[in-house]
Amino acid sequence: MTAIVDLDAHGLIEALRRRELAPRELFETYRARCERDPLGAFLWVAEEARPIDPGAPLAGVPLAVKDIFCIEGVPTTAASRILEGYVPPYTATVVSLLEAAGAPTLGKTNMDEFAMGSSNENSAFGPVRNPWDRERVPGGSSGGSAAAVAAGLAPWAIGTDTGGSIRQPAALCGVVGLKPTYGACSRHGMIAFASSLDQAGPIARNVRDCALLLRHMVGRDPADATSVGLPEEVRIPQADRLDGTRLGVVVELMGEGIQPGVRACVERALAVAEELGATVEEVRLPHAPYAISAYYVIAPAEASANLARYDGVRYGLRVDAPDLTAMYEATRATGFGAEVKRRIMLGTYALSSGYYDAYYATAQRVRTKIVEDFKEAFSRVDLIVAPTSPTVAFRLGEKLADPLAMYLSDVCTVPMSLAGIPAISIPAGLAEGLPVGLQIAGPAFSENRILEAAYALEQALAFSGVPRPLAEVAT
Amino acid sequence: MIDRDQVLHVARLARLRLSDEEVERFTRELGTILEHVERIQQLDLEEVPPTSHVVALENVLRPDEPGPCLEREVVLAQAPDAAEGGFRVPSPGAS
Amino acid sequence: MSAQPASTAVSQLEPVIGLEIHVQLNTRTKMFCACPLAFGGEPNTRICPVCLGLPGALPVPNAEALHFGLMIALAFACEVAPRAIFHRKNYFYPDLPKGYQISQYDEPLARNGRLGDVRIHRVHLEEDAAKLVHASSSGRIHGSEASIVDFNRGGTPLVEIVTEPDLRSPEQAAEFGRLLQATLRRLGVSDVNMEEGSLRIDANVSVRPRGSEQLGTKTELKNLNSFRFLERGLAAEIERQRALLQAGEQVVQETLHFDPRSGSLTAMRSKEEAHDYRYFPEPDLVPVVPTEEMLARARQAIPELPLERAERFERELGLAPQLARMLAYRFELGDFFEQALAAADGVDARALANWTTNELAARLGERDPQETALTPAALASLVAMVQQRRVSAAAAKELLDRLVEEGGEPERLVSELGLELAEADELEAIVERAIRENEDAVAKIRGGKVQAIGAIVGAVMRATQGRADGAEVQRLVRAKLGL
Repeated sequence: MTAIVDLDAHGLIEALRRRELAPRELFETYRARCERDPLGAFLWVAEEARPIDPGAPLAGVPLAVKDIFCIEGVPTTAASRILEGYVPPYTATVVSLLEAAGAPTLGKTNMDEFAMGSSNENSAFGPVRNPWDRERVPGGSSGGSAAAVAAGLAPWAIGTDTGGSIRQPAALCGVVGLKPTYGACSRHGMIAFASSLDQAGPIARNVRDCALLLRHMVGRDPADATSVGLPEEVRIPQADRLDGTRLGVVVELMGEGIQPGVRACVERALAVAEELGATVEEVRLPHAPYAISAYYVIAPAEASANLARYDGVRYGLRVDAPDLTAMYEATRATGFGAEVKRRIMLGTYALSSGYYDAYYATAQRVRTKIVEDFKEAFSRVDLIVAPTSPTVAFRLGEKLADPLAMYLSDVCTVPMSLAGIPAISIPAGLAEGLPVGLQIAGPAFSENRILEAAYALEQALAFSGVPRPLAEVAT
Repeated sequence: MIDRDQVLHVARLARLRLSDEEVERFTRELGTILEHVERIQQLDLEEVPPTSHVVALENVLRPDEPGPCLEREVVLAQAPDAAEGGFRVPSPGAS
Repeated sequence: MSAQPASTAVSQLEPVIGLEIHVQLNTRTKMFCACPLAFGGEPNTRICPVCLGLPGALPVPNAEALHFGLMIALAFACEVAPRAIFHRKNYFYPDLPKGYQISQYDEPLARNGRLGDVRIHRVHLEEDAAKLVHASSSGRIHGSEASIVDFNRGGTPLVEIVTEPDLRSPEQAAEFGRLLQATLRRLGVSDVNMEEGSLRIDANVSVRPRGSEQLGTKTELKNLNSFRFLERGLAAEIERQRALLQAGEQVVQETLHFDPRSGSLTAMRSKEEAHDYRYFPEPDLVPVVPTEEMLARARQAIPELPLERAERFERELGLAPQLARMLAYRFELGDFFEQALAAADGVDARALANWTTNELAARLGERDPQETALTPAALASLVAMVQQRRVSAAAAKELLDRLVEEGGEPERLVSELGLELAEADELEAIVERAIRENEDAVAKIRGGKVQAIGAIVGAVMRATQGRADGAEVQRLVRAKLGL
């Protein structure tokens, strides 16, 4: 029999159904690997699996959960010092749904503090390392989840994506990550970064696993007034052809700033798509070059309010001081890391009296234009293709001193976030020996269509889904 | 563009105590970021309505039916300073 | 007396007052979560992730709170917004668990209404803050005073009502407050208890030369937790502003706290930074778009309101305005009055109204008349008997005591207790006897001390055990003595 860690989730479910594998053995295998986690991917590992209904569709395949999802009785920090030791009294809807579907929580994964970052270097508990090259970043903010899946520390994982936080680390780690349509998954129990952008989504080794996990995450939740679910069940894609599919490659996201190796991989993928029967044409998103600017106003503005609750009164860190204001200021100064402070400052400034119109209101108008750009593009093509990240994984520390350079690494993912549309990243090949992500985006609620196209391309591109580092950890 | 005084004002609004080094660094960094962000101010957006939300939902309401509450002891166990069945803080008036 | 310049003459400085009213709705649950609402109780026992602002918790608005908000908006003849949205109002305070209050800002639920003579500027929905109580035994932290936060009240649905500055005197402001309270009580949307804080009124006040269209610098008065305090606080502040202007000084825009014990106003500690609430649309919520169905349901739920009812009582029953208002503002009294009016033929509405607002109201205290043993028909029959001079007023009052506490049928009680008004022959005989037996008093009267008549009248009243009409006895005594 194939080694347990070499099986994808579909394979594991089959083995479990055939009783070739016991859920306990499966969980223990992964648990043991997580205990030896050489990447800093986990912040907490479960002692044992919560009881799972043996007939449940996910059959007991363990799940790595980004430490941004609250789980009753399980430490939840969002990788922030300010929540160190916090144990929530309730569980996020997405986690409850997945546990009910038969995916017990294996552990909580490391991330950028409050999901703010693109390198996972902003964790209060140390960075995550990329399993392809441990001197490099795994991407962020769901870096722990992506690295864990890539390194075979977990069969699959969930993350959150606000401006690219699932897709970019998936790309940099050579795994599949999908950001669903805004509202597809409940945000209840998911620690907020930017509420109008945050979405939970799956990270898996391949497209079919990604689809299966997504199927059990989505749904309208009465506890989240902005949730809608999906209009149809998520299907496990099967077709290996793309006949009749009109793909649009985004001109603005293929030019300056895109590494040649990345561009080459995307171009090769497009050529493969044509061989599979797709038509490829250029589309324009004229406001995409302004997306980063709009995003880095809107997201910090919402974050500045979302993070106001960390005040040392009800939970988490408090730094004592003789008066109330000093207590607030000392607690927040000590509890938040540099990037979180930077964004709180940026967002507070953008909302403050006299600046609201110039920054926040203007950014929201740009958001309208970006939504319109996509509408226009989707009147001509079915799906849009672009790189997920302009570069392959960069070195640890490389962009830390230059926040703007770090922000610009979200250039390809942020437009879709602002428009609230779904997008997947699949590995499209290697450049400089590191994975390159191909991003496929579609109109709102087109998850099935995206997954079908991604699956056909994945089969044809035949990317080695299991990265080399897997062997190292396995022993 | 943002100057040192504005950084201090914003830090106050956000209840963040900044070290001198941080004030200096944030003034510089926020300046650079804002310079990039300000490109959006060159666009002609006069007739464009703002989008604060992409979901096409309205009137998402909850029936007025009581649900379960949390156990006080569970909640207070998380509090940095629980006293008298509540959360103790320095009095807002005190200084 | 020398003429002062018009701008500084105290009598020429007219007050301009606007009110900002917060109403706690009496829904079953909180505004954005399913925690039950109640007054008092052990601290922090009605809390959940949402009203505690735990990480990851999300608000979902209470449909009934919106319904109540629409009822209030329609009752005040407001224009209901086609689309209302919630905003976040950002500031730090321990009673505000999220670091922002969910409120409404530039797209409130309703605008441009009216209640009586006062225009309503806006009506919007928001959530209440928690309660900060002074720490007792555990006292101090680091040598400073400590407070305890209780989140039971946090998240209670509030409707904020802002009037235009249409009020011109403290009395008028208090009278408007009473009308507003009566109206909200009639709607059944709030307990409107000022002491418990379910109705909270802040006042904005400025003064300006009479006839001027411009508004002077205003101050905001807080902690006016009764109508008497509202009136007193405003009067004190108007005096203060007039004195300042008369002395050639300026009014400073500030928030003042009224101390009802000393009657003084003290400036509240000004925040170190200017208020900058950084309002922005609440991304956790979607717009409220009142549908025809919602509006129809709200409209249907609105009963006849105090102002309309008072006008109807004046118009249809000829009641004096003051009397009509008393019945209309205490709607349970008005309901009882109307039931009594319907129960008896030919009872005089004005007499019945007087009996209801004076005698009955005095015996009720805080009770609803429906909770007593008295029936509307019994009240009507009692008042009718007084009118027909079948019982004396004094006897009727005694009877009312008994009817309120024990119930019963007035006609039967009167005969059982022998309280019928004394017949004329009988009364005449008693009067004659009283004159004979009070020679001293008669002598005094003859001597010019007419007030000595009281002794004789008193003797008659005693002899009839209250079954005589005081005025009739007076008339008879005077006639017999030839006065």
